[in-house]
Amino acid sequence: MTLALRLAPYRGVLRARWRETLQYRLAALAGFGTQCYWGLLRLMILAAFYQSGPADATDFSFAHAVPYVWLGQALLSLFPFRLDADLADSVRTGSVASELLRPIDLYSYWFWRMAAWRLAQAAPRCLLMVVVAAVILPLVGLDEWALTGPAGGAAAGMYLLATALALLLGVAVTAVLISLMFWTVSSEGARYILPAIVWFGGGLVIPLPLLPDGLAAVLGYLPFAGLMDIPFRIYVGHLAGAEALARLALQVGWLVLLVLLGRLLLARGLRRVVILGG
Amino acid sequence: MAASRGTLRTVPMASGAVWLYLRFAATHFRAQMQYPGALALQIIGSALFTAIEFAGVWALLNRFGNVRGWELAEVAVLYGLVMVGFSAAEATGRGFDTFHRQVRGGGFDRVLLRPRHTVLQVAGADFAFHRAGRWLHGAAILVWGLCNAGIAWNPARVILLAETIAGVTVLFLGVFVAVAAVTFWTVQSLELFAIVSNGSVDAGSYPATVYRRFMRHFLFYLVPIGTVTYFPVAALLGRPDPLGTPPWFGWIAPAAAPLFLAAALLLWRLGTRHYSSTGS
Amino acid sequence: MSEPLIEVAGLTKRFRVSAGGSGTTGGSRTLRALVARRKVVTALDEVSFRIGAGELVGYIGPNGAGKSTTVKILSGILVPDAGRCVVAGRVPWRERVAHVATIGVVFGQRSQLWWDLPVIESFDLLRDIYRLQPAAYRETRDELIELLAIAPLLAVPVRQLSLGQRMRCELAAALLHRPRLLFLDEPTIGLDAVAKLAVRDIIRRLQGRGVTTILTTHDLDDVEALCPRVLVIGAGSILFDGSVADLRAGVDRERILTVDLEHEVGSFATSSATVVSAAGRRVVLRYDPTRIPTPRIIEEVARDNDVRDLYIEPQPIDELVARLYRNLELEEA
Repeated sequence: MTLALRLAPYRGVLRARWRETLQYRLAALAGFGTQCYWGLLRLMILAAFYQSGPADATDFSFAHAVPYVWLGQALLSLFPFRLDADLADSVRTGSVASELLRPIDLYSYWFWRMAAWRLAQAAPRCLLMVVVAAVILPLVGLDEWALTGPAGGAAAGMYLLATALALLLGVAVTAVLISLMFWTVSSEGARYILPAIVWFGGGLVIPLPLLPDGLAAVLGYLPFAGLMDIPFRIYVGHLAGAEALARLALQVGWLVLLVLLGRLLLARGLRRVVILGG
Repeated sequence: MAASRGTLRTVPMASGAVWLYLRFAATHFRAQMQYPGALALQIIGSALFTAIEFAGVWALLNRFGNVRGWELAEVAVLYGLVMVGFSAAEATGRGFDTFHRQVRGGGFDRVLLRPRHTVLQVAGADFAFHRAGRWLHGAAILVWGLCNAGIAWNPARVILLAETIAGVTVLFLGVFVAVAAVTFWTVQSLELFAIVSNGSVDAGSYPATVYRRFMRHFLFYLVPIGTVTYFPVAALLGRPDPLGTPPWFGWIAPAAAPLFLAAALLLWRLGTRHYSSTGS
Repeated sequence: MSEPLIEVAGLTKRFRVSAGGSGTTGGSRTLRALVARRKVVTALDEVSFRIGAGELVGYIGPNGAGKSTTVKILSGILVPDAGRCVVAGRVPWRERVAHVATIGVVFGQRSQLWWDLPVIESFDLLRDIYRLQPAAYRETRDELIELLAIAPLLAVPVRQLSLGQRMRCELAAALLHRPRLLFLDEPTIGLDAVAKLAVRDIIRRLQGRGVTTILTTHDLDDVEALCPRVLVIGAGSILFDGSVADLRAGVDRERILTVDLEHEVGSFATSSATVVSAAGRRVVLRYDPTRIPTPRIIEEVARDNDVRDLYIEPQPIDELVARLYRNLELEEA
């Protein structure tokens, strides 16, 4: 038997799998194209502002802004724009009570499930976005809009840590909101208002350092800055050294606080469901 | 024969298309008012979303002072116009916006089985009254911008403003029809279409001189949001166009919107024809 | 049969489908169009038939045989590749609006009503869509409300109705504009036995009002209970056109004889019939009455066994049709 013949079944499986993946992925690919467009549009607008305004308008340069915008697009699905539908439904309908029959810690189960799901969602898009923004853009002559590397080794390390914290923080925010649905019943409010707050407070509408200084300072201490703004500014070197470490500590602080709050709300909510009889 | 009387017993005069459309709207309004709490939250949510977008525009102008020579009040006119037109089109042409959901599972068969024009039926299938929040927000910003941009008002400029508001609304209706028509071929609604709808909102909120040439061409010729906002508003503000178009062009530029809508309706017709030859 | 309401001759429709695409992968058609090769499937192959005004015709066939393609062409929402099709003097797809104003369609699996609205509001909207005269509309509506016994349901939003209740409202909605031609697509699917009988009863009464009705279904009991005439389609061609009795006679004359014994069945053997099953105290036999007359086989069974009861039935119609399809497949192979 020749080698080619031996490998034939594997090749067949591989080809079938590839085709299947491709079919599933078209929608994702379209979404990816959309995000590239958004990134370009935002950069074009920002570039026009930098060219129009005085040179000393901000210490956050256009070179800072470019990676900031691309990272925001690349990591979009890591963040809590919407509540995880089936968890939200299980709380709304009270069917969550049946989860108590399982010998698990429900909060941890929710938490890691959501974290894994978001990571799996974000990873492929993130890789593609890096390829497009860092490799393809310079090739087509758009160097000044290309994603550049992190501001240094220390920045890279702290960035990875800050992004991991951002993911967990996002999950903790969602867990609090889902737990709140034991009381509010209607998830509509959270569904409509949450994305707006996250977009603005995280720095997706415009980078936080470009907001008026007072507003930027206040938003910088809220948990939403820990979702996007802090890791991105560490990456581009706008936050460094002791200040960067302080911001990482801020992320950790919010994470601990929100996890405790989420656990408390979940425990209270479950007790309520059990008493009401689901 | 009793059965054949159906066609003879019709009232062509009293049930015009507009009237039927209003009937659809009233019925949907009553249905949505069954959950006033949810509607109120949606109104607040949709207004909040545009509010943060405008907060971004405001913050950038606050820091940089101007963009390509346009100051806050002038950009607010553009932004308000786009928002008013977009939310009005969203509220009234919502059926096209959610058409991909209708068409899935043969829902379009039901439309074809009824003796009215498909455009009328699809438009009347859904209404987004909660966009009222977005519309009011856009209108407030537009009015504020108009009052503070130092416009030298005269009757011609009032007409130009009305023309432009109508143009933007019609353009976005055209966008929704075109995107819906494409789903006759693609079946699912691709997120990519957001570039054309929501992307036009973002892009139209700034003067076209902000963009690079390839982007400008997209906004002037392909989905002409730039054409129907930038030129008329520049004319309204009395700004000469650095791109070199004559000032009178602003007065005829909104005509691009009905042309785009006509093209979209043509595409819609091709789409329905495609549907009735493939059955899906 | 009076003058034909529907005349179909040489109707042909082909679809392009992607070769090997199962359609269940959930992938996008756009991409599959790029990736997969396409092949042509003939959904209708020169189909011809006539249906007279006032007839109630059952239209049956396996999935993918061309049933829904035919119905879609007749209702004007699908354009055939070739052939003639005239319904009430009109070519359906050429004059869609005029045509659909004279037909009614009920889908068992899909609602024609507005999900969130009370039933009566759906009716009122239909009045405006079909441009009905208010007085005539009220008359028809009240007639249907009584006929279908839906008065208590009128104020209920459609989403709160049971399937059987909804089906009665769907029937009313499809008849408000007094169509001459009614398509019923699986009207009894998912209904419980009582609701099923009620819907059948209604269909029968509607037929008395002179509405030409085409019933497509998988439930052959519906056809047997309702339709004097049945069309069977398979692989795009009409396999049979006639009465249910003729369908039986043409395909297969076998009968089923069920014998209940006074004792447990030991070994049961007979030369003149096929044993379908023999267990407990019951034996089921299949025989062909043209080869062995019914009295003879009864006599034979009663002679050899201690019979408590016995009864004879025709073959269930499902089996007949299954056999018809199988024959067709054999011919094709």
